[in-house]
Amino acid sequence: MVTRRLPRLPFPLSAPTVPEGLETPAGRPRSGADYDTAWARRYPARLARAALVEAVGRPVVAALADPRREGLDRLDPLRRDGEPVIFAANHHSHLDTPVLLTSIPEPWRHTLFAGAAADYFFRTPVTSALAALAINAVPIERTKVSRRSADRLAELIDAGWSLLIFPEGGRSPDGWGQPFRGGAAYLAVRCGVPVVPVHIEGTGRILRKGRTLPRPASTRVTFGSPLRPAPDHDARRFGVVVEQAVAALADEAATDWWQARRRAHAGATPTLTGPDAPGWRRAWALGDPSRRRRRQRRRWPEL
Amino acid sequence: MPRPGFVLDVDRSTPPILFHHGESFRLEKLPAGRSRVLYPGEPLQALRDPDGAIRHALDHPLGDSEPLRALLRPGMRLTICFDDISLPLPPMRAPDVRQRIIEAVLDLAAEAGVDDVHLIAALALHRRMTEAELRHAVGDRVYDAFAPDGLLYNHDAEDPGNLAFLGTTPDGEEVEINKRAAESDLIVYVNINMVAMDGGHKSTATGLASYRSLRHHHNVQTMRRSTSFMDRHSSELHSSNWRMGKVVRDAGVKIFQIETTLNNDTFGTSGPMSVLQKREWEWSPRDRATFVAMKAGLDRMPLKARRKIFQSWRAPYGLTSVQAGEVEAVHEVTTGNVFRQQLVELEGQTDILTMGLPYICPYNVNSVMNPILVMCLGLGYFFNMYRGRPPVREGGVVIMSHPTTWEFHPVHHPSYIDFFEQVLSETTDPVEIEARFEKSFAEDEWYRHLYRTSYAYHGVHPFYMWYWGCHGLAYTGKVIIVGGDKAAVRRLGFSAASTLPDALEMAQDVVGRDATITHLHNPPLVMADVK
Repeated sequence: MVTRRLPRLPFPLSAPTVPEGLETPAGRPRSGADYDTAWARRYPARLARAALVEAVGRPVVAALADPRREGLDRLDPLRRDGEPVIFAANHHSHLDTPVLLTSIPEPWRHTLFAGAAADYFFRTPVTSALAALAINAVPIERTKVSRRSADRLAELIDAGWSLLIFPEGGRSPDGWGQPFRGGAAYLAVRCGVPVVPVHIEGTGRILRKGRTLPRPASTRVTFGSPLRPAPDHDARRFGVVVEQAVAALADEAATDWWQARRRAHAGATPTLTGPDAPGWRRAWALGDPSRRRRRQRRRWPEL
Repeated sequence: MPRPGFVLDVDRSTPPILFHHGESFRLEKLPAGRSRVLYPGEPLQALRDPDGAIRHALDHPLGDSEPLRALLRPGMRLTICFDDISLPLPPMRAPDVRQRIIEAVLDLAAEAGVDDVHLIAALALHRRMTEAELRHAVGDRVYDAFAPDGLLYNHDAEDPGNLAFLGTTPDGEEVEINKRAAESDLIVYVNINMVAMDGGHKSTATGLASYRSLRHHHNVQTMRRSTSFMDRHSSELHSSNWRMGKVVRDAGVKIFQIETTLNNDTFGTSGPMSVLQKREWEWSPRDRATFVAMKAGLDRMPLKARRKIFQSWRAPYGLTSVQAGEVEAVHEVTTGNVFRQQLVELEGQTDILTMGLPYICPYNVNSVMNPILVMCLGLGYFFNMYRGRPPVREGGVVIMSHPTTWEFHPVHHPSYIDFFEQVLSETTDPVEIEARFEKSFAEDEWYRHLYRTSYAYHGVHPFYMWYWGCHGLAYTGKVIIVGGDKAAVRRLGFSAASTLPDALEMAQDVVGRDATITHLHNPPLVMADVK
C-alpha cells in the first residue's frame, strides 16, 4: 500500500523553519523539569481542582478503593496551628495520589502540592498541564540530583503550601517498598516543617505498576504522628527516621498498634523493602495479594 | 482571659434565665429583688500540647512515686484501668483524653518490653460498655490491639472467680476488687475528674469493686453523712473509700494514679449549642435566632428524635491539667484544678434552690433519663454541687425543671423498672427501702445475669441512685418538678408544677411569701462555695 504524506501548510499557516546556524531564544518550557506550574496555584485552577477532587476523585476512590482512614487524630496538634506539612507516603500505585488527596484532612487538603516525577508526568505539554491542574503537581527530577527542584519545593513550603511526596521515587515494581530517598527529610530540615509519615495499604492490589485496568479492593491509609528533625539530625539521619516511621505504620496495619509499638521499640520493625532475597522468595513473602477476593463465578466446562 | 463565674442579683432588667429541661429548654423570669443566679466560669484555657503534658506528668510524678518509666520492666503484669462511660458528660469529642493517656502509657510499656498487659473498664456496678463506647474511650488503635485477644474488657463485679478479697478496714468494711488488678505488679488508673467527687482512692476502691465491698459506703447512712460528695473532707463516702484505699495499699497493690481535669467547654464556642454557655444578656441577634429556631424545632420533634440529637452531642472539652503518681498527692492537686474551673463564692443560703436538669446524667449516656435518674441528678448531683453549706437552707424548697417522663430503657435499666413499680409504689423512705428491698434486688439472679451478659445496670443500682439523693431529700422541706409528668413525679414523692410561677406559689406553703431564691445555672458545671 502506498502512503502519501499530506502536504505541509505554507508559512505563515505553519511554523517557520529555522535557518541553519541560528538558535531561537528559549521560550517558556511547555513540559519537563522546568515547566512553570504557578498557574495551577491561582484561584481559578484551585477551584477547578477542588471540584475535580470532590466530584470525580472522591466517588472514584470510594468505588475503587473504599479507603479506611486511621490515625487522623494524630494530626490534631498540627491542625490547630495550620502550619505547612510534608506528607511522606509509601508508593504502590497511581491510585495513591487520589486516595491521599481525598484522605488528607483540612486545613491541608486544598493547600497541597504533589512532588511528581518530571520524566513521567511532565513528558508532554498535555500531561504537564493535566498533572499540574489535577493534583497540583510540581516537577521533581529523579534521574539526577537537582538544586532547582529542591529550591522550587522549598519556596512553596515557605509560602505556606504543604507537600505530598513519595520518597521511594516511584511505584513499587514488585509489591515491596523501595528505599526512601532523602528529599522529604532534606526539605523538612531545610524548611523546619514536620513530616507526617503515611502508610497506604492495598492500592497495589487495585492498580499495580504495569496494569492498565483497575480492580476494586479495600485499602487502608494510616497517618502517623508528625515527626520533627531533632537538633542533631541531618537530612540523611532524619530520612532514616521517616522511613522507620512509615515501616512502623505498615507493621501497625499488618498487625496492630501495640505489636507495632513493641517491635518499634525493640528495633524489630519489618522493613518496607522486604527480604533481601531474589525472585520468588520476595513474592512468596508478600503473602496473599488479595484480601478481598471476589467470589469466582462457577463455570461449567463447555462440552 | 476567661471570665470567672459570678453571682447575679436579679433585678427588673434581668432577662429571662435559661433552664435546661431534659431534651429542651425553658426561659424563666425569676422574681426581681429576691433571686440570684450562680453562673459558671468561662472555659479555662486548654493545654496547648496535651500529649506533651501527659508525657511530662508520667515522667514527673507527684508524691512518693517513681516515674512510670522506672516502674515498668519486662515480665511484669501491668493492668490499665480507666473510667467508664459515665465520664465525662456529655462524652467528649475524639480523641478522648483516656485514649491519649493510655497510648502514652502503652508506648512506655512497649519501650520497657512489658508483654502482659490488660485493660479494664472500671465500671463497678454500671452497665458494660459496648464496643463502640470502648472504641470511643480508648481509640481504635488500642481497641484493635487488645480487645480481639480478650485483653481489653469490662470489669465484672459478679464474677466470683475474678475477684480478690484484700482485707477489712478498721470500721469493718470488706475490700474486694478485681483479681487481675489486685494481682498485677502495677495498676495504672486513668481518671477523668469531671467533678471534685471523682478520683482519689474512689477510683480503685469503687470502680473495681464488687457488691460485697460497695455496700459498705453506698448506703443510706453513709450518704446522709456526706455533705457534700464534692467536698472530700465532709464526705463520709470518701472517708470510707480512703479507708479502703489504705487496705488496698497495705495488701501490696501498687497503683500509679493518673488524673485529668477538663474545662467548661461543654457546648463549644460556635454552632447552635454554643448559646447554652453564654450569659443571656450577651446573646447576639444570631444567638437569639438560633435559640428560637432550635427550641421551636425541638418542641415539634418526637422525643426519640430529640434524644438522638442530644445524645449524639460530643463536647469539645479541653484538657486543663494532668497529674500522675501517688494517689493522694495526685488527687489533692486535681481537686484544686477542678475547683479552679467550677468554684464560685456565694454569700449565705436562700429559701429556694432552682435548677434546670439537662438531658444527661452519669447513668443515661446513650440511654433514657428515667424518673429515678431525674431524682438522682437533681438531689444527688446538682444539690451537692457545693462546698461548706448547701445554697438552700435546711427545710427549704428545691425546684427542678425536667419533663420526667415515665419511660425506662428496657435493656439498660431493667431493675429500675421494677424499683419504680414495686418499691416506690410502697414507700419513698430510703431507710425503709434499704431494709426491706435492697437485698432481694442485689441478689436477684436475673438482674445478675443481665448485668454480666447484657448491658444492664446491676440490680441494686436504682437503690444507690435513691440513696444518692437521700441527703438532699432529708435536708429539704419540699421538692417540686416543673413540667414533669404528674404521675411519675407523684410516684417519686414530689410535687409537679406546670410553670415556674406555679412552683414558686406552691413553695410558699413551706417557706412563706417573698422567699429568696438561688438558681444554679448548670451546665456548664458550677459549684457553690457557700460562706
